[in-house]
Amino acid sequence: MSHLLEVKNLDVKFDTDEGRITAVENISLSVDQGEVLGIVGESGSGKSVTAKSIMKLNPGNTSYNEDAEIILDNENVLQFTSKQDLKKIRGGKVSMIFQEPMASFAPAIKIGAQMVEQLLIHKKINKDEAKSISINMLKRVGIADAEKRFNQYAFELSGGMRQRAMIAMALSTMPKLLLADEPTTALDVTIQAQVINLIKDIIKEYQMGVIFITHDLGVIAQVADHVAVMYLGSVVEKGPVNEILKNPKHPYTKGLLQALPDINNLDAPLSPIPGNIPSPLDRPTGCVFRTRCPHHNPEGKDGKIEMKLIEVEPGHWVDQCGIKCGQNG
Amino acid sequence: MGNNLISVNNVSVNFDYQENFISKKQKIHAVNNINIKIQKGSFFGLVGESGSGKTTLGRAILGANKISSGNVIFHDDERDYDLTNMNKQDLKEYRKKAQLIFQDPYAALSPRMTVRDIIAEPLEVMKITNSRQETDERVRDIAAKCRLNIEHLRRFPHAFSGGQRQRISIARALVSNPKFIVADESVAALDVSIQADILNLLKQLQTELNLTYLFISHDLSVVAHVCDVVAVMYLGHIVEMGPSRQLFKNPKHSYTKALLSSIPSIDPEKRSEAIELKGEIPSALHPPPGCVFRTRCPNPGIDCKGGEIKMGLTEVEPGHWVDQCCAL
Repeated sequence: MSHLLEVKNLDVKFDTDEGRITAVENISLSVDQGEVLGIVGESGSGKSVTAKSIMKLNPGNTSYNEDAEIILDNENVLQFTSKQDLKKIRGGKVSMIFQEPMASFAPAIKIGAQMVEQLLIHKKINKDEAKSISINMLKRVGIADAEKRFNQYAFELSGGMRQRAMIAMALSTMPKLLLADEPTTALDVTIQAQVINLIKDIIKEYQMGVIFITHDLGVIAQVADHVAVMYLGSVVEKGPVNEILKNPKHPYTKGLLQALPDINNLDAPLSPIPGNIPSPLDRPTGCVFRTRCPHHNPEGKDGKIEMKLIEVEPGHWVDQCGIKCGQNG
Repeated sequence: MGNNLISVNNVSVNFDYQENFISKKQKIHAVNNINIKIQKGSFFGLVGESGSGKTTLGRAILGANKISSGNVIFHDDERDYDLTNMNKQDLKEYRKKAQLIFQDPYAALSPRMTVRDIIAEPLEVMKITNSRQETDERVRDIAAKCRLNIEHLRRFPHAFSGGQRQRISIARALVSNPKFIVADESVAALDVSIQADILNLLKQLQTELNLTYLFISHDLSVVAHVCDVVAVMYLGHIVEMGPSRQLFKNPKHSYTKALLSSIPSIDPEKRSEAIELKGEIPSALHPPPGCVFRTRCPNPGIDCKGGEIKMGLTEVEPGHWVDQCCAL
């Protein structure tokens, strides 16, 4: 069976005044129907850029490599250039939920009007139908008084409610793929738990594929089926969520897990990953993590080992330099 | 008062609120009748969701918010400062002794000042040092303690990453040699790998410089790791307070229990054990009478449902206080 989404050998570069920045290098990922792929990484690791490439939402100074492919539903998104084609994916086949729900709604247009507008663009229906679909969707995501909220502005809603409305809007066009970019980061834990449960229910109900981007490994453990760990534009480890969190091989994944305060194990010391993430302008050659790697092997330290994912166990891929380092500690 | 550095006695903070200029003035009860004692050398944690009043309480203790009723006493070695009754001279002295570290290291540092000037500013404003040489010495001293390189001092903040900027903010807060630090969500904006580094630094500085912290955070796992004593706030009230290990191992209040269960577990096999709280935190303009948590409480008793039980802490174990509505 072919995948719902397949990203092959994707490089994303930005041309800036200071030079060409490699934001993402040689990424291959796939998502099936009804599956949640989690992407974890720190700020600057290229998680959002990868997701935005799928909708071609990156700014004008972006260049993609020629042999890259983003196959969505048997079509290569990267070859889309006409507005008509792009419209089909943006909000049609693919929807996106952003981190900051206040910034994603237009402040001076009622929520209902925004929901109806996008439905009219993507579906052949009239206004009344669009309105009833929107109100049903608002009810589905657990918003009380959906009719009243439909006629309100984004600022009149609380943070959790806004995020629910955002989810309702993203799902009302019945996309095949949902991109969720840090959808729970701005929320309080109790609200976060509500939103996570909601997203999980909806995935089950509509059988869509989801890419869930977050920096929180706990959230990943709760929602994802597969995980890709990104560092400085490269995937350093990927595999089934159980494998990655319980049996991590790459020193970066291990480092992330050790830096995380665990409420069930208060005696464990918090160990930070030494150093800072390098600027994408001077991206290390060879293994990207070698400048911060605590257990580097001699060749990896000099940057002599190319980045390449190797399958260590069925479905569990680790960067080859990381395998060697991982064995050291 | 023996070992306490700060005593907060029955403190309430209200804000005036007027929806528009013709409507009636209302009161927002941001912080209600709070009693806490912060011991010397302790790491006191304050947790709660947004809108629970934790920042307002922190700022009230620093004298940055007006206290509507009650008082805050700062027990210094020689004398006590009463925050509600302080003249300008006292306030100046108090400012040297109590400092604040902000949440967002990107917004807290002026982009037009060098790191040296940023760290030196409190010394100059408070006229602590007399010569430039002395200022430089103290800046270098504190920068080294916060693990900043000497050559960093000549640069501007834009050249630094989030973790380094937070270290600069910490250095600025510590340069006046304070005894008490309020750290308001100081690691919330940082990546996990950096967060661990800053938490370790705060701990280390505490022993080195004899500091007492009030650590405000929404992240329970962070608080559980670093704090000795924790107070859980909800809608302007403390609902539970106690030694952190005891409180996290054996939470008594249903809000604390729900908060703890809401932390997403790192174990993929432990999914959805969260006690889901219905709805959201009510508005502080119209807090529910009686127990403020009863509108969201998953298992309310018959008495508290009607709001008959007043808010008030009772001691269930030595040092472990729980709101009486849930303690019953």
